[in-house]
Amino acid sequence: MLVLESADTVGGLAGSREFHDGFNVPVAHSVNHFSQKIANDLDLAKHGFPASGKSLPAIGLSADGSHVVVQGNQVLGVDTSDAEAFPRFMAQMQRFATALKPFWLKTIPRAAPGKLLDMATFARIGLKLRLLGKEEMREFMRIATLPARDLVDEKFEDERLKAMLCWDGLIGSKMAPRSPNNAILPMLYRMSGGCAGEPCQLIEALHASARAAGAEIRTGATVDRVLVRADQEGLRAHGVILAGGEQIEADRVISSADPQTTFIRLVGIEHLEIQFTNRIRRLRSDGQVAKLHLALSGLPEFTGLNQPNGRMLIAPEMDAIEFAFDHAKYGECTTSPVMEIVIPSLADSSLAPEGQHVLSAHVMYAPYRLKGGWSDAACETLRENAIDTIARYAPGIRELIKHSELLTPADLERRYHLTGGHWHHTEYALDQLLMMRPTYEAAQYSTPLPGLYLCGAGCHPGGDLTGGPGHNAAQEILR
Amino acid sequence: MSGKTYDAIIVGGGHNGLTTAAYLAKAGLDVVVVEKNAFVGGAAVSLELHQGWVYSNCSYVCSMMRQSIHRDLDLTRHGLILVPYLGTVNFGDDGQTLIDYPNEEAAHLELKRHSPHDADSMHRFQADLGRYAQFIRKTLLRTPPDPTSIRPRDIRELLFLGKQIWSLGEREMYEYVRFFTMSAADFLEDYFENDLIKAAMASPGIIGTALGVYSPGSAYILLHHVMGDVDGNIGAWGLARGGMGAISEAIASAAREHGAEIRTDAGVAQILVKEGKAAGVALENGDELSARIVVSNLDAKRTFTRVMDKKDLPPGIYEKAKNFKIRGSSGKVNIALDGLPRFTGVPDNRYINRGGQGFTGSLETMERAYDCWKHGRWSEDPFVESVIPSAWDPTVAPPGKHWMSNFVQYCPPRLAEGPWTPEERDAFGQAVVDKIERYSPGFKDLIVHMEIRTPHELEQEVGLTEGNIFQGELTIDQLLFNRPFPGYAQYRMPVRNLYMCGSSTHPGGGVSSACGANAAREILMDLKRPNTVPEDDFYDE
Repeated sequence: MLVLESADTVGGLAGSREFHDGFNVPVAHSVNHFSQKIANDLDLAKHGFPASGKSLPAIGLSADGSHVVVQGNQVLGVDTSDAEAFPRFMAQMQRFATALKPFWLKTIPRAAPGKLLDMATFARIGLKLRLLGKEEMREFMRIATLPARDLVDEKFEDERLKAMLCWDGLIGSKMAPRSPNNAILPMLYRMSGGCAGEPCQLIEALHASARAAGAEIRTGATVDRVLVRADQEGLRAHGVILAGGEQIEADRVISSADPQTTFIRLVGIEHLEIQFTNRIRRLRSDGQVAKLHLALSGLPEFTGLNQPNGRMLIAPEMDAIEFAFDHAKYGECTTSPVMEIVIPSLADSSLAPEGQHVLSAHVMYAPYRLKGGWSDAACETLRENAIDTIARYAPGIRELIKHSELLTPADLERRYHLTGGHWHHTEYALDQLLMMRPTYEAAQYSTPLPGLYLCGAGCHPGGDLTGGPGHNAAQEILR
Repeated sequence: MSGKTYDAIIVGGGHNGLTTAAYLAKAGLDVVVVEKNAFVGGAAVSLELHQGWVYSNCSYVCSMMRQSIHRDLDLTRHGLILVPYLGTVNFGDDGQTLIDYPNEEAAHLELKRHSPHDADSMHRFQADLGRYAQFIRKTLLRTPPDPTSIRPRDIRELLFLGKQIWSLGEREMYEYVRFFTMSAADFLEDYFENDLIKAAMASPGIIGTALGVYSPGSAYILLHHVMGDVDGNIGAWGLARGGMGAISEAIASAAREHGAEIRTDAGVAQILVKEGKAAGVALENGDELSARIVVSNLDAKRTFTRVMDKKDLPPGIYEKAKNFKIRGSSGKVNIALDGLPRFTGVPDNRYINRGGQGFTGSLETMERAYDCWKHGRWSEDPFVESVIPSAWDPTVAPPGKHWMSNFVQYCPPRLAEGPWTPEERDAFGQAVVDKIERYSPGFKDLIVHMEIRTPHELEQEVGLTEGNIFQGELTIDQLLFNRPFPGYAQYRMPVRNLYMCGSSTHPGGGVSSACGANAAREILMDLKRPNTVPEDDFYDE
């Protein structure tokens, strides 16, 4: 078992990177629902991932300091009617999330004629939902495709709270609160619970666990091609060729790269059937999130907040998200970005020098296909707009900035070999989920090329730091 | 309450209400339709709003009408003649035109002139859409199953749907999922590269809906392009001779012939509920009518929040109705013209100057018009789709004169500053006229009369909440067994003896009569009467 990683460190987007002298940060800045089962299986606690199980509180920032704080099933800072409705709403969503949870760690079978037995998985999903009761199942069928906005509009009054709830359905994807069909399943996926903690610790623990189990890990080893050879039975993956020309033979090649990189760049379309290639090519994988990193000489002060210890959202109303998105639709970049901010150095002081801090922000919407391309000037404009936006909530922050870095989706693509710079490798959309992720014939982790498997976020259940795709792929391969 | 007790009262005389009435009367029931306006038809009407012009002031083209109903109710004998119309011109933002010639080869060459790639893709596009439409067509005259139920009928219907899906085969099944959930823009991206061609193909994907071409779910609405037929001509669009009112009049005439009573100027103030059962209606003039059942042709929101008392409803229903998505997004400008307008860059051909006109050159322009709607404004550069019915039907305008119907997307039900005022309504109309003038210099001088309709007018006159032309958004959460609410998709409403038959029910909007016919079938089943509603006939391609 050999792991080949192109970068000098493991972890991909979750791996920590030094972006300024002594300041480190991963692109994925929090772990919120890593699978408990996988953590137990791999003994991650022993390897240094002290999963707290409790994710950071979400804080909806207001410029005037009257923030909304969501922690678990409680919300603070809103009217009584919303505060009372919130636990009811969360309890219902939790019931749906719990019903779906087992299926995130299962291979979703092909819905193919002649595979009736496999259909048991679908029957089980149906049954799970039916067991919630008639009314609940009906409600699930109704809300499953609602735009995030319509769902929360039905339940709440407070715009800040509504924007916060929408956020968890949208983050990383090409959609806004009014977009139908694709928001609720990701929302439930993220509500399904699991371990929370620090990405760096998670990556180190996974790294240690893999090594302890006997895996060899080589960094700085860029795979150039998948080695494909023909035998009597047709084409088969036999190993990889590294960028330097080194050839490594193996019985199986398992790709954690996104589907488009895997099939188009590494395998090559000459080895694939044309309709399959077309389906891979047309996957929608345009990233919409830029990453802002600030190296700060001290802890910034947010108006009205004792300690900036949480997932802080700058999205004062749903329309702020919607209108920021409207620009991205046309390949323009908004001047009023919305964002999620975390100060990871509060939980992990090793990320910054003593007494200093790192601010990490996901900035939306920064379209991968920006009209005119991501020139230096375009990056500069977005960076300044983003910092100005933060400064409205943390007025003194500019004086603390020692260095800033903005990674656009184009940068993420370049740096992490990630098509479109898309976090989830390919869009969360109903037609690219479950047994259709990334496309049929490659959704059960094996691919049309024998010997080649997928195990990245481009497979079911998708992105975020959950371990799901890797777990399911291993299960299929071992079977 | 005094006098006789009807078997059924139909609240609202739209085309669906009249269809239900016709089928119930045909089964021998004593039926009365009560309509608030002086005329029947709801949004399918022909009115003389300027002397000499009798035109469809709301719904204006016909393609969804179920052929089996057309024949079964003998609507042709009752005066309905459908005229297919041909040829559409789409105007690009850059002075380009794209003409859809009725001649297939000419149409292909025209596409090729814009993009050889797209001309080739068109066959694939038409074939794919045709297949998707075929699937939907099979569900139109069927009652949706309740997936939570284990009653034999629900299981049978669910199996029917399952079988339809299963028989597609694996690859097709996934293509269907893709098509039914993705955006029109993404879907068109798979086929076409030319902006104008994409825009021309996308227009049915936004009509009547509060979604943009970039919104997931809008691809499905493209099916309105091809779902219908004109007298068996699949995919054709037609005009009703004499305007859309001819459809309603024909159905009304059929209903009367079967013995139904139709009362106009009889607006319903309230649906009366006694001992938990719908028992009749109170009219606005104070009269009360009693009946064994009440059938509402009004939209779901109006039915439960306006003409029913909240205390008569089981808990939760009022809230469901309040959350029912029924968003006004369309406007209409009806223009009486002194002569046939000429369009720049369009040769004088006997078809193409008279069929339809599309005035939006790119998906981005359409989407930007939608963005305005989100901001509570009308667009200065709106999406306008027009047709000149008088070129095909001499009965709607005086000799030599013309009538042009301009459908406008998007138009908000309320403006950001507040409700519509007459001045703003006129400004909205002016934006539309200005847009047409750009492609037809001198157009303004031909105008002899103009009727501007925003969602506000549609709500006031027809009674559609927020002026939504489909009686509720056509998104997955409100389709099939979710329409209007999950658990109540089989035309029976939460109050006993109360039914719904309007477009708020499956299969939704469009002048199809399918909702009304399906409701009648369910009612007859409950009343243990023989079914009079025909099965749909569809063709396997």
